[in-house]
Amino acid sequence: MLFNIAIKNLLGAGIRTWLNVFVTSVSIFMIIFSSGMYSGMMEHAMKVSIDTEIAGGAYWHPKYDPYDPITFENSHSKIPSELKKIVNDNKALEVLVNQAAIYPNGRIVPVVMKGITADQSILNIPTKELLKYDGNNIPIIIGKGMAAYTKLKLGDTFTLRWMDDSKTYDAAEGEIIHIMDSGNFKIDMGHIWISIDIARNILSMPDESTYIVYQNGAEEFSDTESWIKRDVEYLVRDMKAIIKQDRPNAIMIYIILLSLAAMGIFNAQTLSIFRRKKEIGTLMALGMRKSKVVLLFTIEGALNAIFAIFLTVILFGPLLYYFSLNGIPLPIDYSDMGLIISKTLIPVYSPILLIATAVIVFIILLIVSYIPSRRISKMHPVDAIRGKTVL
Amino acid sequence: MKKNEIIEIKSLVKKFPIGGDFFTALNDINLIVEKGEFSGLVGPSGSGKTTLLNIIGGLDSPTSGEVSVLNNLINETSQEDRALIRRKHMGFIFQNYNLLPVYSVYENVELPLILNKIDKNKRKEMVVNAVESVGLIDKLDSKPNQLSGGQCQRTAIARAIVHKPSIVLADEPTANLDSENSFHIMEIMKQLNKDFETSFIFSTHDEKIMSYLKRIIFLEDGQVSEDKKIIN
Repeated sequence: MLFNIAIKNLLGAGIRTWLNVFVTSVSIFMIIFSSGMYSGMMEHAMKVSIDTEIAGGAYWHPKYDPYDPITFENSHSKIPSELKKIVNDNKALEVLVNQAAIYPNGRIVPVVMKGITADQSILNIPTKELLKYDGNNIPIIIGKGMAAYTKLKLGDTFTLRWMDDSKTYDAAEGEIIHIMDSGNFKIDMGHIWISIDIARNILSMPDESTYIVYQNGAEEFSDTESWIKRDVEYLVRDMKAIIKQDRPNAIMIYIILLSLAAMGIFNAQTLSIFRRKKEIGTLMALGMRKSKVVLLFTIEGALNAIFAIFLTVILFGPLLYYFSLNGIPLPIDYSDMGLIISKTLIPVYSPILLIATAVIVFIILLIVSYIPSRRISKMHPVDAIRGKTVL
Repeated sequence: MKKNEIIEIKSLVKKFPIGGDFFTALNDINLIVEKGEFSGLVGPSGSGKTTLLNIIGGLDSPTSGEVSVLNNLINETSQEDRALIRRKHMGFIFQNYNLLPVYSVYENVELPLILNKIDKNKRKEMVVNAVESVGLIDKLDSKPNQLSGGQCQRTAIARAIVHKPSIVLADEPTANLDSENSFHIMEIMKQLNKDFETSFIFSTHDEKIMSYLKRIIFLEDGQVSEDKKIIN
């Protein structure tokens, strides 16, 4: 009975109902959209890291510490024979890491020089460009960020200096043969990429590597001669730590948006219910019990929420879907700021986000419908009938 | 209460708090209303007519005294039970009609039947009969804002009588109407009183109404100053 009356009230109220529903729907959209953007940002960072840096995991030389460049000169050796097999099968690539310095336009810029298997497709780095070079210089790939920082352009040459295995400094001319746009500042800023064959040659480290990166699904090895397996979980731990650290911010944004939505909904519902004091008094006079009056308005709030959820699906669903496919172009290139943020941000809407938002908005609407109608139902019926504002 | 009596009021006093003091709206009211009466509470503004109607309707409570409606002692009846009595046995007509603005005439009149859980088919029949009896059958789908004042009040009357209550309480039902509409409204109520033996109690200070009443209870400063039965 109350459900039918509530439906009738909502549909009968026409534009007032639909305005309420629209406001709620916009709130739901904003919450889902902004949270989706945040999730998308995080997912993109993770995806780019795996795509360009991690693949299926890695085996590291026991002395290799990517955060301590001092270790680089000692963290190289021939890779264990078992690992060599997957390299030979093109299921893994090798990287030889060393410190170096480049002198673009007469400036000295310390860099991490990484020699990488050029003929590979495990990491999304355009290393095959290195194979195309037929000049006399050392072909070098750098990232867009690095190019901007050093003011180097495609075809620019400069002096590259390094220290070889016998602790002797040597130098040669390097040439930028490709500027990659990886979106991952960790393989861009402060990095130069050359062919591993050239690296081994100039460093006098024949057949040696610092680490290997294997593709997804590569088998487990029992004897890796103390080379340390670093699985994806380990390699993304920094990223996860950042995400975890940033989680309170995300929750805060979610709460702020939800609070704003709740305030908007509360305002609209309160206004709507207080405008209907006379109606409440009339219902009481016709014999509706106070508890039923409160229930009626609470059901109206719940129906309002359900309508709003449906409207969000109908009105904003296609928009959310469009953004999830095509993304939103960002006006600034954040990779220059040391952030892995796509130039086109693709929001990610997890089922938990969608369900949680719908459920929370539903509960908020129940509460904000219940509170004012409960207060009004406490009014003296005679005052309510007259539409008095005495509470 | 005797068999034919539907309302019995003994030594009713109603006081309202004003600031730190009390205003006595009703003082020592003693009344008996019998089934099928067409009576009016008549008096100037502030004489206590509406307060007395509200107490009879269980919308307000007496400060002291006894009010018995359809064998239910209002003083000792809970709000929930009072709501039930109103729903089953009473109809209300308000000065400002108090129609639900988003409902059509049909839906407004149907509301008491929905509250009384009457099934849909029966409801339709009862609504049509009630609306027909007030002459608004061609306005069934109209909303209150599409009706004149007289039509709104006729809708309110249909709503008040649709569930065939024992008592209809009408608070200044013609106060917002012109003479012609007042005449029609009173004729309708008189006919309903005759057809269904529904007791009507009006509060009014409209002299036009008085000529229709079979009993006039004059109120002055919260007291019954005269109780006059009109014999036609």
